[in-house]
Amino acid sequence: MSKRLGTSVARKEDPALLSGHGRYADDLPVPAGTLHAHVIRSPHPHADIVSIDAAEALAKDGVWAVITGDDVRKISDPFLVALKAPIHQWSLAVERVRFVGEPVALVVAENRYLAEDAAELVQIEYTPLEAIIDPVAACKPSAPILHAEANTNEVSVRKFQYGDTKSAFEKADKVVKLTVDFHRLSFTPMECFVAVASYNPANDSYDCMANFQGPFSTHPVMARALRVPGPKMRLRIPPDSGGSFGIKLSVFPYVVLAALASKITGRPVKWVEDRAEHLLAASSGPNRVTEIEAAVTKDGKILGLRMDQLEDYGAFLRAPMPGPLYRMHGAVTGGYDVANIDVINRVVLTNKMPASLIRGFGGPQLYLALERLVQRIAIELGLDHLDVIRRNLVPPEKFPYHAAAGSLYDSGDYPRAVETAIGGGRLDHLKKRRDEARKAGRKYGIGFAVVVEPAMSNMGYLSTLLTPEARDKAGPKNGATSMVTVNLDPLGAVSVTADVTVQGQGHETVLAQIVAEQLGLTPHDIDVTLEMDTAKDQWSIAAGTYSCRFTPGTAVAAHMAAGQIAAKLKGIAAKQLNVLPDDVELVGGKIRSRSNPDNAVSFSRIAGTSHWSPVMLPDGMAPVISETGVWNPPELAPPSGDDRINTSFTYGFVFDMCGIEIDPVTYQVKVDRYVSMHDAGKILNPMIADGQICGAFAQGIAAALYEEFVTNEEGAFLTGTFADYLVPTVSEIPPVELLHMESPSPFTPLGAKGLAEGNCMSVPACIANAIADALGVKDVQLPATPRRIHALMAQHGGVR
Amino acid sequence: MRRVNKDQKVRISLTLNGRKMSAETEPRMLLSDFLRHSLGATGTHVGCEHGVCGCCTVQIDGTAVRSCLTLAMQAEDRAVTTVESLAGPGGTLNKLQQAFRNHHALQCGFCTPGILMSFTDFLARNPKPTEEELRDVLGGHICRCTGYAGIMAALKEAAGLTNTNEPTGAKS
Repeated sequence: MSKRLGTSVARKEDPALLSGHGRYADDLPVPAGTLHAHVIRSPHPHADIVSIDAAEALAKDGVWAVITGDDVRKISDPFLVALKAPIHQWSLAVERVRFVGEPVALVVAENRYLAEDAAELVQIEYTPLEAIIDPVAACKPSAPILHAEANTNEVSVRKFQYGDTKSAFEKADKVVKLTVDFHRLSFTPMECFVAVASYNPANDSYDCMANFQGPFSTHPVMARALRVPGPKMRLRIPPDSGGSFGIKLSVFPYVVLAALASKITGRPVKWVEDRAEHLLAASSGPNRVTEIEAAVTKDGKILGLRMDQLEDYGAFLRAPMPGPLYRMHGAVTGGYDVANIDVINRVVLTNKMPASLIRGFGGPQLYLALERLVQRIAIELGLDHLDVIRRNLVPPEKFPYHAAAGSLYDSGDYPRAVETAIGGGRLDHLKKRRDEARKAGRKYGIGFAVVVEPAMSNMGYLSTLLTPEARDKAGPKNGATSMVTVNLDPLGAVSVTADVTVQGQGHETVLAQIVAEQLGLTPHDIDVTLEMDTAKDQWSIAAGTYSCRFTPGTAVAAHMAAGQIAAKLKGIAAKQLNVLPDDVELVGGKIRSRSNPDNAVSFSRIAGTSHWSPVMLPDGMAPVISETGVWNPPELAPPSGDDRINTSFTYGFVFDMCGIEIDPVTYQVKVDRYVSMHDAGKILNPMIADGQICGAFAQGIAAALYEEFVTNEEGAFLTGTFADYLVPTVSEIPPVELLHMESPSPFTPLGAKGLAEGNCMSVPACIANAIADALGVKDVQLPATPRRIHALMAQHGGVR
Repeated sequence: MRRVNKDQKVRISLTLNGRKMSAETEPRMLLSDFLRHSLGATGTHVGCEHGVCGCCTVQIDGTAVRSCLTLAMQAEDRAVTTVESLAGPGGTLNKLQQAFRNHHALQCGFCTPGILMSFTDFLARNPKPTEEELRDVLGGHICRCTGYAGIMAALKEAAGLTNTNEPTGAKS
């Protein structure tokens, strides 16, 4: 067996990307005659549109159309949402605007410069309305209502009970409570959105290209909005995409908008988002207010939990929202063995940009609340934080572990991970640094965070939003299908396509490793093409790159597809080598007899057989030219009648530990040392794995200390440039020490789990805990900017 | 400097990666758009259009500049170099590019061309930089994928601050 898996094979992607030969959405050719679009956006957070006068703009040479909400309403339907509520969103605002930056009109012209010129000539009259920004205030009866038909801003409330939480609280020695507010941010991929669309009136079809990331469950949403069956809404996704981090799901309303613009103008239409638009209106992670309380014994054992989560999705719910509120649902107890928990999930709408997918996807919000609570339990009981963690971790003998709300944790040894991370003198060193700093009068704190990192979402998790009765009526939703196709060409070359969208994760390399391993070839021998075309490639609603589905999903499908090819090639070779198929192996570019390795034939000769001489195949064998691996693990069951849901397929483990110090002059939080322990099962490519973890870590630091979308009380958006919205540069990212252990997942043939989101979840919680420790405070609002730290210290008498 | 009427199209000529090229455009055309859309050199990327992110960095007469803050006309009759110029014959990666590959210094690759062009200039002028100087220059670029660790390792290798054989990167 070759040793391709588990080694740091150099990336196949790199030579092109390092030489300017990437093919990103805006690099690809467009049809002759393509027009260019510019979006006119609302300056108001909440207003009625009184009139739109485009006469002057339309009179300009080269301007083809100014499209408004009235136009799109006539020829398209509102986007489908999971929640059955009258929240209608089209690709342009209809009658009313509900957030600053909402698309109001689309100017289509011969080039982008002309379109932007013409936009300045469009006269739009608004009647401003009172805006509601704060999610708690938005739930009050006096709040202005965003969607009149819904009659409330709090559009969904669901209560869940697992175990006997009431008794747990009655038995408790103490109840520890906390309110935690998680802020809004994005991870702003460096490439903004791009959408190109052509309408063909001959068969009423659309041919679209966009840097969409999936999930492809959004494809039916687009097709339905365009009023066509799915196959008539062809979507192509370019071979390269300049980052996504969840954000590029939200290009989908613009794909529909470009498609409608093409129908209206009769020309292909291209739209490229600029950075100002991206920061203003592309997508945000949802902000969440969590009230959390624990029933604990005096030695720190958590008997029960209660959580009330109010999540703010901005002006509209877009598919697949409210995902972040439900994606973690089965694993809501995190790394702890807690049998009793009550959860209230509430969805609120406010006059801010719509929230959607973002790396971590509900994890950062959950763990900030849960991990801050565990630290508070220690403080209020006078115990050591780490001891409280130890007392509550899921014990290793309980795996596979059924978490209270339904997740089935596949494997792990959480206590060992924690002990390994603090060992090697690491925790002693942090304590020494803390004691020295405190002795000198400086503010130093140590933080911990425990995270169970889910990967590959159950397509049924969002239906937990509905009552069991409503779910029964709608039919069960569950599973997650992954698909990969391996092809053999006439000269025996091997190529691969897969149901992922490229964003930089190195899928091309890892797929080549997996397929090479099965076929006795090298990754260099395998050509992987990952641009997608919904008309010609294999895909299911689960397709795309999000929620770490690649490793537990697509990677397994590749392993299966290559295995299917290998099994059949063995059959063909057995006949030619005159041995039994069981005696055949694929090694080093040859197919040979295991018992007599000299009895061998080249891989390419056998692989080409089905092209050149299919009649020579063993009796009954169909030609072996292309095999598709289809993987759908049975563990992803639909929500049960009592609302238990295995929200994801694999569950990794992350334990973080850090020391921070507050700069006494600038009030900056400085990370002194950061240790991150990961158990993601088998690692397929350690270099790529560490790259994903380092990237997530940097985004975790960004969320903890720098990045925040700020909207003031009146609804004005204050972070519309990279001078206001602070993305960390190299100087702001501290080093991270990575540790690994491997508890292979028993549920997948590769044993590998997702690992690219854990630090987005753990770092904000770990840093917040360290700040709480340094300052002796209960409430730590993130991002912990110098202004906020100064205010905290002033409040607690710590400012000199 | 050449004077033009803002409403008239102008022909702009420059040398791109050693080849003389020209195209007709509006005087207000940005150099980034001119390179990408008029000359077809799409290796240069546009990330923010306000000079913060560094994706669009190219060299004019050997000096790294933000092409999104430069008008195409400002590059007239000058030598513009972009990421497409870096690899050798047959696509052989140069030392800096290879160091990026060795240390997994790129994921999506969108910011990478700008970083390579900044450091091609910087390392030519400062062949023996300190790590602090490297960090300082890299501070002019935003990368959202890597967390910068791989980029710093690659820069240190390219600048000769580390032994090439240190096991931080890929094996092939």
